[in-house]
Amino acid sequence: MIEVKELVKTFIDGTGTQVKAVDHVSFKVEEGRFYTLLGPSGCGKTTTLRCIAGLEKPNEGEINVSEGTVYSSVSGAFIPAYKREIGMVFQSYAIWPHLTVMENVAFPMRVSKEKISNEEIRKRVGEALDQVEMGGLEDRMATQLSGGQQQRLALARALVRRPKVLLLDEPLSNLDAKLRERMRMELRELQRRLQITTLYVTHDQLEALSMSNTIAVMSSGVIVQQGGPREIYDHPKTQFVAQFIGSTNQISGQLTASAGEGLGKVQTPIGELSCSLLNGLSPGASVVVVVRPESIVVHREKPAESTNVIEGKIATAMFLGEYVDCSIDLGKVTLQTHQSHALQVRRGQPVWVELPAGECLALPADA
Amino acid sequence: MSTIAVPKSAGINLGAFRDPALLIPLVGAGVLIYLAVLPLLMLFIGSFQVEVAPREFAYTLKNYQAAYASQYTYSTFKNSLIFASGSAALTFFLGAVMAWLVERTNTPLRVVFVPIAVVPLILPGVLESIAWIFLLSPKFGYLNVALMYVFGLESAPFNVFSLPGMIWVHSVGQMPLAFLMMVAAFKSMDPSLEESAMMSGASTWQTLRRITMRLLMPTSASVLLILFVRTLESFETPALIGIPARIYVYTSEIFLAFNEYPPDYGRGAALAIGLLLLSAVGVWLYNRSTKESKRFQTVTGKAFRPRQFELGAWRWLGFAFLMTYFVFVVLMPFAVLLWASFLPFFATPSWDALSKLTSENYTYLFTFRPFWDAMQNSIILALLTASVAMVLTSLIAWIVYKSRLPGSWILDFLAFVPITVPGIVLGMALILLYVAFPIPIYGTIWVLLIAYVTRYIPYGMRTASGSILQIHSELEEAAATSGASWWNTFKRVTLPLLRPGFVAGWIYICIVSFREFSTSVLLATGESRVLSILLFTMFEQGQVTIVAAIGILMILTLLSVVAIFYKLSGRVGIQT
Repeated sequence: MIEVKELVKTFIDGTGTQVKAVDHVSFKVEEGRFYTLLGPSGCGKTTTLRCIAGLEKPNEGEINVSEGTVYSSVSGAFIPAYKREIGMVFQSYAIWPHLTVMENVAFPMRVSKEKISNEEIRKRVGEALDQVEMGGLEDRMATQLSGGQQQRLALARALVRRPKVLLLDEPLSNLDAKLRERMRMELRELQRRLQITTLYVTHDQLEALSMSNTIAVMSSGVIVQQGGPREIYDHPKTQFVAQFIGSTNQISGQLTASAGEGLGKVQTPIGELSCSLLNGLSPGASVVVVVRPESIVVHREKPAESTNVIEGKIATAMFLGEYVDCSIDLGKVTLQTHQSHALQVRRGQPVWVELPAGECLALPADA
Repeated sequence: MSTIAVPKSAGINLGAFRDPALLIPLVGAGVLIYLAVLPLLMLFIGSFQVEVAPREFAYTLKNYQAAYASQYTYSTFKNSLIFASGSAALTFFLGAVMAWLVERTNTPLRVVFVPIAVVPLILPGVLESIAWIFLLSPKFGYLNVALMYVFGLESAPFNVFSLPGMIWVHSVGQMPLAFLMMVAAFKSMDPSLEESAMMSGASTWQTLRRITMRLLMPTSASVLLILFVRTLESFETPALIGIPARIYVYTSEIFLAFNEYPPDYGRGAALAIGLLLLSAVGVWLYNRSTKESKRFQTVTGKAFRPRQFELGAWRWLGFAFLMTYFVFVVLMPFAVLLWASFLPFFATPSWDALSKLTSENYTYLFTFRPFWDAMQNSIILALLTASVAMVLTSLIAWIVYKSRLPGSWILDFLAFVPITVPGIVLGMALILLYVAFPIPIYGTIWVLLIAYVTRYIPYGMRTASGSILQIHSELEEAAATSGASWWNTFKRVTLPLLRPGFVAGWIYICIVSFREFSTSVLLATGESRVLSILLFTMFEQGQVTIVAAIGILMILTLLSVVAIFYKLSGRVGIQT
């Protein structure tokens, strides 16, 4: 279990001004869950992780790791990094080049307070390496390993101490695309099997969506939205989240009427649209209507249905194999859509687009 | 429509010998062979010669016998070894601890100590030795006197005129170099290597011992090696402290062979060949070990601020270390020189001496011709050396890294040769070359200019090649396709882009030439005397308070050069 309460961490930047890298962040990772901090670089996700690890000393707040307080600005408690029961994998893997694979993994036991016999160390190293499918490579020098192997080795080293929680700092970002995909699955499998509470930091939405139980999207030092992958994808609460997760069409407009039951009408440059509404929006508010490219339906003939149907023409149609990336010129707005690969259209051809009201989400426009 | 220059074909037309792209490398090679190889060749020949009649030589092995089979051979070897290894070890220890404290710990005020640690660089080696004689001489050394007074001692606790004394004086002078190299090593280390040790449960000391120190081992080995070689080559401390103490090392043996009457050039040359071989082996090992340490690198991730070790209460011990360094190594040598420069005659500090303080030494210097001649020589040499060396090395670096001409690596090698040549060995070699040279430049400052340029070519190469490598060749190719000739491209594109590196290298060579001692000591005579040599001879004559005043003026000159450098660095964008 990891619990972070009202965490604040400030840095002094180059010009001497104070910057809040983490600004009153609170969240809780339940036992055995996979929790992801997702956001662009500089959003404070890595700093949050490093505060939990004990590599940074926060300015305010409280951090609990598996029932024990490791930091509290109120009581002044600060447990140093090496005394926290945490395993961590670094972005650079941080494999020690002067040690063998065996000694890299054995290191946590060699420095532990309790005396562990060489036999026991060898056995546990073997187990840890087997877990990451690296058995038999004990005597290699760490520098002779490939990127993927170094990554596995770093994981084995983090797990060998049987920590209560596992911290992963963008562990897949140095791997090539194919390997990354495979490691994503393996990592998740391993985490499920070991039932270890895991905090994952990434800027890659695919990693976050595919692996997590819960995602927290961060921006400028605060958590903007927290929820399951589906919730974050389907029901973004802010323009930032909608924009950051997946590709999105955004149409600015003004809320004209709310019809209750979370539905309303928005006046936009392409006409009035029926949309799902976020609670708390009142008529007159500036909003952004977001709609995913795959939710938009393109008709070659004028459909009978008339709600949210607009006439336009094909601007570009790119065949991408799995689907056709088709952008449609609606006069003042161009919409990006993903259509079935069977759709046959040509540039300039007149079409009708349907934006299903349930898939159009009106969000308060970011300042 | 304007015509567009067609890039020259790769094949070299032998008829095109007037083509600057071919002519300039040849001229460069010629100049380098003349500067770096010819003197060594003369030295080698000279080491087998004895003069049987004026200008008539016979070939013999007697010189080597005199140099390496005498009753002093063993003690010289032993002294050199102890001096060089002791000094390398002490310098490394001080520099590494300092670098670690300021780079990687939470020692109070550590940021302030970074510039302070480098300050002794400004103190020429001759003055460093003189200052420490003032402090630690068994007869009148201020520190000795103070300690005897405070603890009621019968005799002086320290004697600078000893091997440990030499090691100490040379070490504190070299410390900034070790400090800077170790700071660079700490900076280039991926901090997550230490962080992952902490996350594995290793405490501060365990991390330091098992990870940090182990990772720094290859770098430390090469730093130790370069310190060893530099100490072996140095002559300042062996001259000012070693010779009066009758502790002779190789450099002082060479000097003494030259100073006998009549000078024994043959034995000097034979000794010089031995020292040259030793330092060449050292440099070769150093190059190998730096290549080795590059292999010690793994994938590196995003740059994060390096981790700082929390020292707890120990941080005050670290602070005490830094303060001790500041007081003893930085402050006291300067203070003692300043104090002595205002004394009518050398005396220990007292109320009595305080009342006698006078600016007489300075007013005396004002009308003292030899001082002004030496000052003029030193300034002219510094400016000329820096300019000639930088222009030469910029051209050579361009040829080596940009022209892609076959065999240009030979130029790179030739430009590197002088780094293996100890200053006094170069002096010896140039004497052999120019004493019998048709153009009478021996005994003038021109032979010194040749010596300095030769010595600092490797330094110039380092800065010049650094900035040349940063210039993308497409920038020059764009100039060529715009119709610019080779010379125009170099003048209008390459040279302006080189300027920041050029200025930095220029200033550096200017400073080291201004304080050069070990080459000048054999070459500077009479009218070609430079400041460091004037200091040396006047100190030997016992005019110590005037020497202190000259030293202070010399330091002030160097400080103003550094100040100009900082002013300039903002304008031309030099990275310091």
